[in-house]
Amino acid sequence: MILCLVDNDPVSLEALTFARRFGEVEALVFGDIDVGGYVARARRVVHARLDEYAPTAWAQAVLELEPEIVVAPGTDRGHEVLAHVAARIGAPLAANVIDASVDSEALQLTRQRWGGSLLEEARLTGTPKLLTVAPHAIDAEPSGITTTVEDFTPTLGDEHFRVRVMRREEPAAGTARLDSARVVVGGGRGVGSKEGFAVLEELAKLLGGAVGGSRVVTNLGWRPHSDQVGQTGARIAPDLYIACGVSGAIQHIVGCKGAKRILVINKDQNAPIVARADWAVIGDLHEIVPAIVAELRKNGA
Amino acid sequence: MKVGVCVKRVPETGARITLTSDDQAIDTSLLGFTISPHEECAVEEALRIAERHGGSTTVLTLGPAAASEQLKNAMAMGIASAVLLETDGGDWSAEATAAALAEAMRAQPEPFDLLLFGNEAADSGDYQVGVRVAHTLGLPCVTGIKGIEIDDGRLTARREAGGGWEIFELPLPAVVTVKEGINLPRYASIQGRLRAKKTPIERIQPQPRASALETIRLVVPPEHETHVEVLGAGADAAQRVVAVFRELGLVGL
Repeated sequence: MILCLVDNDPVSLEALTFARRFGEVEALVFGDIDVGGYVARARRVVHARLDEYAPTAWAQAVLELEPEIVVAPGTDRGHEVLAHVAARIGAPLAANVIDASVDSEALQLTRQRWGGSLLEEARLTGTPKLLTVAPHAIDAEPSGITTTVEDFTPTLGDEHFRVRVMRREEPAAGTARLDSARVVVGGGRGVGSKEGFAVLEELAKLLGGAVGGSRVVTNLGWRPHSDQVGQTGARIAPDLYIACGVSGAIQHIVGCKGAKRILVINKDQNAPIVARADWAVIGDLHEIVPAIVAELRKNGA
Repeated sequence: MKVGVCVKRVPETGARITLTSDDQAIDTSLLGFTISPHEECAVEEALRIAERHGGSTTVLTLGPAAASEQLKNAMAMGIASAVLLETDGGDWSAEATAAALAEAMRAQPEPFDLLLFGNEAADSGDYQVGVRVAHTLGLPCVTGIKGIEIDDGRLTARREAGGGWEIFELPLPAVVTVKEGINLPRYASIQGRLRAKKTPIERIQPQPRASALETIRLVVPPEHETHVEVLGAGADAAQRVVAVFRELGLVGL
């Protein structure tokens, strides 16, 4: 059986699409996401004690089905659950795979290292084969197949609920989400100070976007860590990323490479980020950004 | 409270990665090394927990002899003792790394109450060593944590999810993997550096083991080539920038 773990997350549909290359896939669905059109057979996990996420219980549900290949989304939960599966049975886990093909008993695969700035070609043998699919490696595409959904109740005991979500705190209303914003205005060391971000905030507001920062900026405490764009922060995928005073270290590029277009405002025409940009304005962001804001205001934005 | 923290020595890559001629490793001849970022925060968190609740701290790493530099750096920040699981420098699989670490932890005279890891190492990005160690030691585990509180033998852990937070509770002893943002790591003090220099490192020779996930080669992905259009220099470019916004449909015509 080729099993794909499906969580309430769009990356799960990418993982389902990815898994179809191995043959007929069954979806193991946690939550209420619709997988219609993606696979012929889906099992919706139903269990009185699974009203909240519990990593080892999810792992046990996977193991109970004794799959030969398990695919999961490359998310916090996908990685965590498959790591538990892998640890339980002593099998390897290939994380953040972007390409894979079957080669007799083995899988030939390509996976991300360094957040995707380096790739590893590897060979995975043994059974079961466990892998997570890197977010945005492929687009989610239904195959148009008719999907039969049935309930599945795994056999779970107290030992599977030692760790589970006890409560949640919902996001504050009106917060612009960095990972789903259409425009992101990012600042780097060139912004110069915490106060220097005020004008970036203003520009983001006029464009209905969110503000982000490089790792330098969050390490200096100019922005909270939740605003970090990079390997150890958010991966953004806006229509436009406006990078102000950002040099473009690998750590940062990995976080913004999902952006459709990049506009760079930088003093240094030779900064690595300029080579990744669609448009560049060379000069002092403290003069340029206010001028853009003024121009937008003049145009009634 | 006895807190253990595991770190990994990784190169500081800067703006571009270059490989060795056999495509098996990063060419580090011109690079410095550091502790993986999430793990630097794990070191800081271990120190804060020991300061708040009392107890001892130990840093462990599996790596080449040169990884003693990272252990010394953690001790300069304030970690009391260090264990080096010394390898010949090649990459170890996540399974082999976890098995060796768990064995070294078991061999400690007193068991750990809390083991901290980074969520994933910056270089290999395997997302699993902490979970494997937890299973081997029979401990509860939670990953990707950005907030820890300990009260009366129970640990509360916060994980960012969809812009909000998921809150877990675990009994101690436990394994927690943390993400950058849980804290801002301190700088090492001069006294810390001097003390680290004098503190001996415990050395262990771990047994390697084969993995069913075998690296064939590393590949630097092709550069995303863009044609850069320079819109101008200085504030005079503002009009052209707004024209771009208009072209993208971000502002009205």
